[in-house]
Amino acid sequence: MAEELLKLENIYKNFGNVKVLKDVNIKINKGEVVALIGDNGAGKSTLIKVITGVHSPNSGKVFFKEKEVQIKSVAQSRKMGIEAVYQERALCDQQELFRNIFAGREITNSFGFLDIKKQRKEAEKILRDYIGFTSKAITVDSPVMGLSGGEKQGVAFGRSLYFNSDLIVLDEPTMGLSIQETEKVLNFVKGLKNENKSAIFIDHNIIHVYGAADRFIILDRGEVVGEFNKEDISREELVKKMIQLHESGKIKVEN
Amino acid sequence: MSSLLNSYFVKTHKLEISITIIAIVLFLIYFLGAPHVFTRFPIYRAFMQSMPFFGIIAISATFVVTLGEIDLSFPSIVGITSLIFGIIMTSTDGNFFIAFILATSLGMFAGLVNGLLVTKIGIPSIVATIGTLFFWRGLVNVISQGSGIAIVDVADGTWHHMIFVEKLFGKIPMQFIWFIVLTGLMQWVYRYHKFGNHIHFVGDNKASAQMMGINVDNVKIIAFVQLGFFSALAGIFTMYEMLYFWPTQGEGLMLTTLAAVFVGGTSVFGGKGTIFGTFIGVLIIGSLESGIVALGLSGFYVKFINGLMITVAVTVYALIQRRKN
Repeated sequence: MAEELLKLENIYKNFGNVKVLKDVNIKINKGEVVALIGDNGAGKSTLIKVITGVHSPNSGKVFFKEKEVQIKSVAQSRKMGIEAVYQERALCDQQELFRNIFAGREITNSFGFLDIKKQRKEAEKILRDYIGFTSKAITVDSPVMGLSGGEKQGVAFGRSLYFNSDLIVLDEPTMGLSIQETEKVLNFVKGLKNENKSAIFIDHNIIHVYGAADRFIILDRGEVVGEFNKEDISREELVKKMIQLHESGKIKVEN
Repeated sequence: MSSLLNSYFVKTHKLEISITIIAIVLFLIYFLGAPHVFTRFPIYRAFMQSMPFFGIIAISATFVVTLGEIDLSFPSIVGITSLIFGIIMTSTDGNFFIAFILATSLGMFAGLVNGLLVTKIGIPSIVATIGTLFFWRGLVNVISQGSGIAIVDVADGTWHHMIFVEKLFGKIPMQFIWFIVLTGLMQWVYRYHKFGNHIHFVGDNKASAQMMGINVDNVKIIAFVQLGFFSALAGIFTMYEMLYFWPTQGEGLMLTTLAAVFVGGTSVFGGKGTIFGTFIGVLIIGSLESGIVALGLSGFYVKFINGLMITVAVTVYALIQRRKN
């Protein structure tokens, strides 16, 4: 039996009168890659933000490593070992790479002054060892602006590996990327499993999702409407289910 | 090797280098056009005397502008804090510590109000600070009833007068020394302190900064509070120089101060800026009036050339920015 990493129980989240999440229950095991799929407005992003501490749920319980927790801030979720990799939004364009990598958790002395030397050295290590950047054009002092989408995603991944997080949350990691870069990103995701790290990710492209994930959770209008293991469903069946859901608003679960 | 270092330095300091060159050219023009004035010390002493009053605020305002925000209320914060400083100095027979602490606290409180209006209530800073600009000036008028306060009896000849505005070695105004020290300190905070780092991230992209775990509201509030503090400090410097409070005190500061920040190269769009650039901006904006008059042009040209400098500088920076994108 796989070891449980994260469990959400009866999660509700409202924004004013809009019920965005309704009684969501999900579980993620160690070393498992879970894909969240669903239409726009299904509540995928909100669910992810509950996990990363951007939003607090209105009710429901969150367990991390089998202990009940209340995730109140991004800083707290990071400390617990949850790291979010948001598409290009993860980085600030005009700032240097080494500043981006440590944004929000700078290496400082006790007066709050940055240890620039150490940050640059560690950033160098991340670029070289975790991401495998070999291009001379990109250094730790380059502003993020000059990077391609895949390179930005790589930096965000490298950052999460460096900080040794247990659960990596990926929001549309392949959106707007070229085919080659998409390939790279999906390889990153597959590589996580080898390190016994878990990931949860949102992607619109079922083909990407299918290749990289072990399990699929389908959300529709704030509710979990289906959950499949990869060995139980083929790519074609998964696509068919999604179309079915899209057309009828329901999903047939045969078991 | 050294040429490599140089080219890296040049690449990462384009703005600072261009603004410095502009300043050097400008001073060369002064120098060649009016050597009888610019080869002598008094003009520089006059600069050193007058620039710090708006220079200190410009350095501090660079933080707020880097956030992509603006504060238009600081001239009135200078007014209200100077008034309080004057009232307490005269009513306590020159108790510097109480006057200083209360005036700077009031300045920080005014900054806090700005910060809360912008972050918690959600009013755009340009609108919120127009409101507080009128509010604090109005309060000055109500309290002072339009009359000034002389602090000459309680301030002149004291140790605090000495450390604020008297001349070092009989030549260099103390306020300029303070201005240099504060610029150095703020540059350090701006580039190498966590707070300065967060200022850049929030100004660059608020949503990303939030997702990276930076407390966006707190960063903004602190930025406004420190500007309130330095506005009060600039007011106190002015009080010691003039030994007099007048109800319009601070009113002329708005345009020169913001002009220095923008001419200095801090991005109007937020996320990028330079304290050193602002410092050079202060030297440029603060010298224009005397420079133009010394060159033999009439005083009517001052505003015109000021406007030209600002418009051209901001346009050039915007174009550099656009090309990068």
